[in-house]
Amino acid sequence: MTASVVIVGSSVAGVRTAQALRRGAYEGRIVLLGAESELPYDKPPLSKQFLAGEWPAERFALLSAEAAEQARIELRLGVAADHLDVAERQVVMANGKRIGYDVVVLATGSQARPSPWVAESGLHVLRTIADSQALAADLARDGPVVVVGGGFIGAEVAATARSLGREVTIVDPLEVPVGRLLGREVGSMFVDLHHRNRVATHFGTGVKSVEGRAGQLTVRLTDGQTLTAATVVVGIGALPNDSWLASSGLLVDDGVVCDEYCRAVNAPEVFAVGDVARWMHLGYGESCRVEHWTNAVDQAACVAHNVFHPEALRAYRPVEYVWSDQYDWKIQIVGRPTRATSHCLIGDLGRPSARAAGKPRAVALYKDDSAQFTAAAIVNWPKALVTARRLLAVGSSFDDALSQLEQLAGPRMEPIS
Amino acid sequence: MAVVKADFETCQGYANCVMAAPEVYDIDDEGTVVLLKEEITDEERAKVDEAVNSCPVSALSVEDA
Repeated sequence: MTASVVIVGSSVAGVRTAQALRRGAYEGRIVLLGAESELPYDKPPLSKQFLAGEWPAERFALLSAEAAEQARIELRLGVAADHLDVAERQVVMANGKRIGYDVVVLATGSQARPSPWVAESGLHVLRTIADSQALAADLARDGPVVVVGGGFIGAEVAATARSLGREVTIVDPLEVPVGRLLGREVGSMFVDLHHRNRVATHFGTGVKSVEGRAGQLTVRLTDGQTLTAATVVVGIGALPNDSWLASSGLLVDDGVVCDEYCRAVNAPEVFAVGDVARWMHLGYGESCRVEHWTNAVDQAACVAHNVFHPEALRAYRPVEYVWSDQYDWKIQIVGRPTRATSHCLIGDLGRPSARAAGKPRAVALYKDDSAQFTAAAIVNWPKALVTARRLLAVGSSFDDALSQLEQLAGPRMEPIS
Repeated sequence: MAVVKADFETCQGYANCVMAAPEVYDIDDEGTVVLLKEEITDEERAKVDEAVNSCPVSALSVEDA
């Protein structure tokens, strides 16, 4: 019998694990540890609605003090975990305090990859609510914004800054930043999207240095050009928060290495969930680590089940799902496009005028060498999202998926390639 | 027996609910959740709880009747 579960990390993966344990009728002790002193909050709005000043923080709280008390989740906030004593089954906190466990769930998430450039002030990364507040304060003042990194976080920040009326330039060493994920053809449409919204891009160019202070920053590019900025945002990826486990004896390799049940490979009473977990995905036949919101929630449900039901373990093999809101595009990606070798596009994404009313909409379907449907990227098309997710969940062939999506599109939307 | 509710203004069309409980939730062409039924059985409760929990904007709820 597991008398106590300690969850390290109070973001969505940790909170949802605690809630799922209680909902699953686990009656033992649950302790939820968080390094930040804020009550648990959600992260997606930090680059969008919260950054834009549209949503107050209360709107995306994950767990109130009352809800925690009601669910008998002991919240310990404001102290980071320092290391894990696997032999003694104790989490050792930064203040020296030790918290014993029968099962521990590691949910320490990830952090923004630090900026390799240093300026006096006005240079931001975005990960926490404090980061978002600091960036919002700088974006409130007029002046040009340079975003380093053309991935989803960078693009969302660029779109938000643009909506606040700022002049925005994005820099990325790749010519088609989203092409790395979605292929060059689809990726190019994301480049056009920035231009249509009057955001400038310097793609295929790296950053050499950032100097100065808020309001008066100079960004030097590797191609010799110089940009001036009031604010610089660096969005160049995330790193799992696993360095605190270096002395634990756990196998850590870009995340805590786990089996298909999300148990640490060399300590079955240690589970990992969310951004920090590198588990064996049986569908892919390799280990993977996923940094998306829905993965944190789905994995939390699986981990809670496996913690409470060690006699009936469930393998975690999700269909990945991530969304991004950029300008007037709602973008959703299902499955893993990087596992594909070719794709087919249905819709009018590159030709916004083709749809008389409403926003452009499209779906790109991806297939691998065995003609299996592996992924879809959807823009502004909710029905296509649902269809694609269902088909991926049942392991549809690419031809079946293509014919169903074409049928959904109707005669007006012929495949382009 | 329990009753499901949705905040149609808050819904953003992420469709996590449709995947969790397809017999209770669908999504319309504009990306707003559609409730296929309002009262659910005890057997459906676990799936509906999962759907409620997986909504990124907390637009769903379930209440005991």
